[in-house]
Amino acid sequence: MYAYDEIDRTLVNERVSEFRDQVKRRLSGELTEDEFKMLRLQNGVYLQLHAYMFRVAIPYGTLASNQLRQLAHVARKYDRGYGHFTTRQNIQFNWIKLSDLPDALADLAEVGIHAMQTSGNNMRNVTSDQWAGVAPGEIEDPRIWSELIRQHTTLHPEFSFLPRKFKIAITASDHDRAAIKVHDIGLRLIKNEKGETGFEVLVGGGLGRTPFIGKTIKHFVHGRDLLSYIEAILRVYNQYGRRDNIYKARIKILVHELGIEKFSREVEEEWQQIRHSSLQIDDEVIEDIRSRFIYPSYEKLPHMPDELRQAAADPDFEAWRKNSVAAHKNPGYAIVTISLKPIGAPPGDATAEQMDALADLADKYSFGEIRVGHEQNLALPHVAKRDLPALWKALDKLGLATPNVNLITDIIACPGLDYCSLANARSIPIAQELTRRFANHELANLIGRLHINISGCINACGHHHVGHIGILGVEKNGEEVYQITIGGRADESAALGNLIGPGVKFHEVADVIEDIVEAYLALRERPDELFVDTVKRLGVEPFKERVYATR
Amino acid sequence: MPLVNGGKIADDSFVKLAVDTPLPEGGDILVPAERFLGDADALLGRGGKIGVIWPNNRDIAELVPYLGRIAVVALVFPSFRDGRAYSQARLLRERYNYRGELRATGQVLRDQFVFMLRAGFDSFEVKKQADAEAFMATAKRYSVFYQPTGDGRITALHRRMQLRHSEGIGT
Repeated sequence: MYAYDEIDRTLVNERVSEFRDQVKRRLSGELTEDEFKMLRLQNGVYLQLHAYMFRVAIPYGTLASNQLRQLAHVARKYDRGYGHFTTRQNIQFNWIKLSDLPDALADLAEVGIHAMQTSGNNMRNVTSDQWAGVAPGEIEDPRIWSELIRQHTTLHPEFSFLPRKFKIAITASDHDRAAIKVHDIGLRLIKNEKGETGFEVLVGGGLGRTPFIGKTIKHFVHGRDLLSYIEAILRVYNQYGRRDNIYKARIKILVHELGIEKFSREVEEEWQQIRHSSLQIDDEVIEDIRSRFIYPSYEKLPHMPDELRQAAADPDFEAWRKNSVAAHKNPGYAIVTISLKPIGAPPGDATAEQMDALADLADKYSFGEIRVGHEQNLALPHVAKRDLPALWKALDKLGLATPNVNLITDIIACPGLDYCSLANARSIPIAQELTRRFANHELANLIGRLHINISGCINACGHHHVGHIGILGVEKNGEEVYQITIGGRADESAALGNLIGPGVKFHEVADVIEDIVEAYLALRERPDELFVDTVKRLGVEPFKERVYATR
Repeated sequence: MPLVNGGKIADDSFVKLAVDTPLPEGGDILVPAERFLGDADALLGRGGKIGVIWPNNRDIAELVPYLGRIAVVALVFPSFRDGRAYSQARLLRERYNYRGELRATGQVLRDQFVFMLRAGFDSFEVKKQADAEAFMATAKRYSVFYQPTGDGRITALHRRMQLRHSEGIGT
C-alpha cells in the first residue's frame, strides 16, 4: 500500500475544489457543454446512454480496505448500489448525477482516491501487475515506479492535451499480467549487468480500430532516467502525433507511419537534451516513495498447514483452490483471485455489500489489502494458507467463490450497448449466455485455460484482439453482427487474433463458440495443450472448417 | 478580448498585422511567423517593439536566432484541446532561454491558466471577460506540483527531500 502524505492529499483536495467550481459553472451555464466536456473527461466523467458514468482510478490496482469501503459507500449513496471494475484497474459507476459528482469526489479524496485522467486525451491511470510485490520470482516491486509515474503524469502541464489518450503499464515479472505490449508505453523492469534497476521500453502498442503489438524502442533505460525518457517520448508525440483524424491520433499510428527506427531517433535526440535535467531521479527520491509503501509483516508459517490438508477432501474447495489460489513469494501465504464472473452475471460487477464484506475479509485475512486486475477480477494478495478454507467459505456465502478463474467463463467484456453510447452491439448478454453454456465446472475444467474477450464496438475496450477467443460486435444493416477471432493473447507472447470467418448473428454466437471449443477438444494433442497453443500449432483453418461446415 | 499580463488585465500596446497588412510607421506590432522570417532584418530595424505569432505546427527552433531581439512570442491554441503550444512554450523558456513576453492566444480559457503558467506563459489573450477577471484566483488554485518545469515552482519530490533533511537535522 502506498500511503498518501500531506502533499498528495493537498493536491487531490485542490483538484476536487477545482472540479466543484467547474461543475458549478456548467450548471449556471457559464461553461458550454463543449468547454465542459473536456474538463469532465479529465476527471473521469462520461455522458453515456442513460446517465453520466464516473470512472475512478485504482492506480496500479492496489486498494486498501478503507478505500474499498469508500467505493462501496459511493456506489450506495450516489449510484445504484454496485460498481463495475474495468480492464484498466479502474472502477466505474454508471448512474451518477452531475450535481452529486463533486461530493462523491470529496468522499473519495478522504481516503486518497481520485478520478484524475481516467478519461480524456491525457496520460491515463498507470497500471501494473495485480500481483506486484507478492509474485514469486518478481525482480522488484514495480509499484514504486508506477507511483513515481503516477505523480509525474498527474496534471502534467505539457501533456494534458495530447492528440489522444495515453496509457502506460509496468511489469516486473517474466509472466506479464499487465498486458504491457498493448499499451502506448509498456515498461518491463529489468536489471543490468551491474544489478541496477532499469526498464526495457516498448512503445506503440494498442488495440482499438487499428491494433498493434508494442515495439521495443530501447532495451535498457536506467531507473534514474525513466522520467526523462518518458517525457521525451511524450514530447515527440505531443508535437508530431496526428490531430486531423481521431482514429489516427494514437502514438501507435505515429510510430507506424515514421517507423520505429526514425521514431526512436527523434526520441533519442530529445532525450539527450533533457536526461541530465531536474527530471533525473536520484536514489533518495525512490527510497522516499518506497518508504511510503507499507508491507505486511509476514509470520513464518508452514507451506502445507493441517487446515489445508483437511480441506482437500472437499471437492468444491479443491475446485476453487486449483484455479483461484496462486503461489506467493512467501511459502506460508497465497494470492487469492476473487472471480467477479458468476454464472449468468455481467463480468466485473460488484455490489456495495460485496465490496464492504470483501474489505472486512481483507482486514481479517490479507493485511487489509485488495488488488484489482485487468481481467476484471479482484485479489487478496497476502492470505495465510491455513486461512484458505475459512476464506473460501466466507467468499462462497458472498457469491464470490465461482471456481472459474482463467477458465472459459472468466470472460472480459466491455459494458457494450447496454450502457455505452459508442457501442454498436451488446457485450454483456453475450458474456452471460456463454457463462450459462459453460456453467458445468467439469466441462470448463476439461477445456482448461481459455480467455474469451468481448467488445461491443471497434474501440476494443473488451480487448477482443488479444482474447484467446475474441468477439467483436459491429452493426451491419441495423443488426448486431459479431466477428470472431482466435489465437490472440495479451501476455509476454502477445499476439493479435485471426478472424475465423464471416460474422455471425447475436443468437448464433454461443453456438459458434461451442463449435470452436469442440473443435479444439478434438484437435488438441494432449489435455494440457492450451487452446491458444493448439491454434498456434494448427492455424485458423481446421477451426474454420469445423465451424462453418454446417453453416 | 482582454489581455492579462503580469497577473492583471492590461492594455495591449501591440497591433496585430496580417501577412499583407501595410506596415504602420511606428508602434508595437505582432506579425505572423511567415512574414517575420521573410523580412526579419527590416522588421527588427524599424522603431517600435516587434512580436511574432508562431503557429503550433512549425518548429520553434527556427525562431532561435532572433529571440534576443523580439519582445513577444505569441503561441497559438486553435482549440484548447490542441496542446502543441505547451511544448513550444517549454522549449522556448527551458531550452532556448527566451526571457521576453510569452503570450497565449487563441482559445485561452480559465481552466488552462495553471498549465499555461507552468509551461512558461506570462501573458494571455483571454477569450472571456469573466475568465480574465478570475485570473489571479485561478492561478492560485494549486499549491502542489508534481513535475519540474522551468517556472521555478518547487516540486512535490523536491519538497519531500527538503522536509526529510530538515527533520534529519533535529535527530
